[in-house]
Amino acid sequence: MKMRASHLTVRYGAKVAIKDVSIDIHANQVLALIGPSGCGKSTFLRSLNRMNDTVPGVSVTGQVQLDGEPIYGPEVDAVLVRRRVGMVFQKSNPFPKSIFENVAYGLRVGGLRERGAVADRVEQALRHAALWDEVKDRLHESGLGLSGGQQQRLCIARALAVEPEVLLMDEPASALDPIATAKVEELVSDLRDQLTIVIVTHNMQQAARVSQRTGFFYMGKLVEVGETTQIFTRPKERETEDYITGRFG
Amino acid sequence: MTAPARTTVAAPTRRSPTISSSRKAMNNVMLGLCVAATALTLAVLAWIFGYVLIQGARHVNLAFFTNLPAPVGEPDGGFLNALVGTAIMVGVASAIAIPIGVFAGIYLAEFGVGWLAWTVRFVNDTLNATPSIVAGLFAYTLIVLETHRFSAFAGSVALAVLMIPTITRTTEEMIRLVPRALREGALALGVPEWGMTLQIVLPAAASGVVTGIMLAVARVSGETAALLFTAFNNRFLSASLNEPMSSVPVQVYTYAIAPYEDWHHQAWAGALVLVTLVACFSAAVRLATRNRHQSLT
Ligand SMILES: Nc1ncnc2c1ncn2[C@@H]1O[C@H](COP(=O)(O)OP(=O)(O)O)[C@@H](O)[C@H]1O
Ligand SMILES: [Mg+2]
Repeated sequence: MKMRASHLTVRYGAKVAIKDVSIDIHANQVLALIGPSGCGKSTFLRSLNRMNDTVPGVSVTGQVQLDGEPIYGPEVDAVLVRRRVGMVFQKSNPFPKSIFENVAYGLRVGGLRERGAVADRVEQALRHAALWDEVKDRLHESGLGLSGGQQQRLCIARALAVEPEVLLMDEPASALDPIATAKVEELVSDLRDQLTIVIVTHNMQQAARVSQRTGFFYMGKLVEVGETTQIFTRPKERETEDYITGRFG
Repeated sequence: MTAPARTTVAAPTRRSPTISSSRKAMNNVMLGLCVAATALTLAVLAWIFGYVLIQGARHVNLAFFTNLPAPVGEPDGGFLNALVGTAIMVGVASAIAIPIGVFAGIYLAEFGVGWLAWTVRFVNDTLNATPSIVAGLFAYTLIVLETHRFSAFAGSVALAVLMIPTITRTTEEMIRLVPRALREGALALGVPEWGMTLQIVLPAAASGVVTGIMLAVARVSGETAALLFTAFNNRFLSASLNEPMSSVPVQVYTYAIAPYEDWHHQAWAGALVLVTLVACFSAAVRLATRNRHQSLT
């Protein structure tokens, strides 16, 4: 067990976005979160690395544990949580820096100063993100000059470089073309050996392809979670079945 | 059923040519007004610059840059003291105003709620609308009266007071333009908020912030009123912040109101050199700080 959310409720002001969500996130597995838009998938994901703390008016009750330790509480530093639980966003957001600096930045913030070591880790992260061959000759050009799919893989490399234990991905391929999407999916499957991944997707085929476990969210609640094959072939709940058979959503 | 439907469709089509032609006419009138206003602005600018160029160009020579002022009637007097003075005072003023303005702008953009931020914004806007002579009076009261002497430092403080509001406002606005996605990208890496602001947000806003700084520098480079009774003037070359110091605008002013023909010539030359230097400096700084990764502003 890598992470565990228990009775997690998140409100934006008075509006309840997710309600009483409890879920176990297994180590070295991919957990896919599916559900119609607005059902709270992003909100849940962002509560796993305390990203919601940065939104004004948010309140979180319940608890999330990382390796058995609570991540919410006065004694916990959210910055350190985010170093261990990285995140890739729906819309790629490279920094207005060079490709190299995009990846190196997090390393330096983490305290790595030695130039050779930084360069090695940058290369390693770019290789992991399947981007190295495409950018190795132009590492010092702007990250914003890359194509959409490359930018997203750059963001993945940036997140991987700091060696997080868990990687949260919020619809990482929703803005990408099919080829770029396939690359990201392949990447997700490969990365499972090294870390734990939680991926939000509105694409059920994608969830089926990349994940071992799937959770279905509906109207702020976690309706059902289980083995991906079970969710897609023998869902226990009626709402899950309606959703995956395309009757709504 | 079809007949009435047709008439309701036909009615607007019949009327639409008139609507669209009157709208087109309105468009053309507005466009004409905009073009006229732009042309007028450019014409005035060209006229001023052309006039300064014609009056000043004949009197700009090497001596103007390398020599100190000469007594009336003697040839080859120059503006060296004033040029050096302006450089020093604008430099010192920038050293005071840039950090204060940039940090105040960051504060307002990132934590800008509550009474303190409201007060800072109010004071800043008031300061922005304050005539420059009031800034001079402020430095005069605070420094000149206390130290019993005109000084370059008092002049620099007066200029800094004039620079701060512009820098603060532009910094605030440029920082607000940085998308939330970029901030979240940094936070998600485990970067503390201050690191995110200084290392990601500020660089992303840099070219806009630099533009604000350049505006402020350009504005105070030609500032006369604030320097008249703070830095005053100095016929000799001085680099001491504790002594009176000459500046190009004050020297131009002094020469322009004097009753001597050759001083008038030098005043025009001074005006021309000042305008040209400010323009070149702005262009150079813009070029040097151009962010090749810029995606916004
Ligand atoms: N910053 C916010 N402020 C207020 N309400 C929000 C905010 N973010 C999301 N919500 C609301 O919370 C609910 C869940 O949103 P979200 O987690 O983004 O859903 P999903 O990712 O499944 O589409 C939605 O009703 C949405 O409108
Ligand atoms: Mg979402």
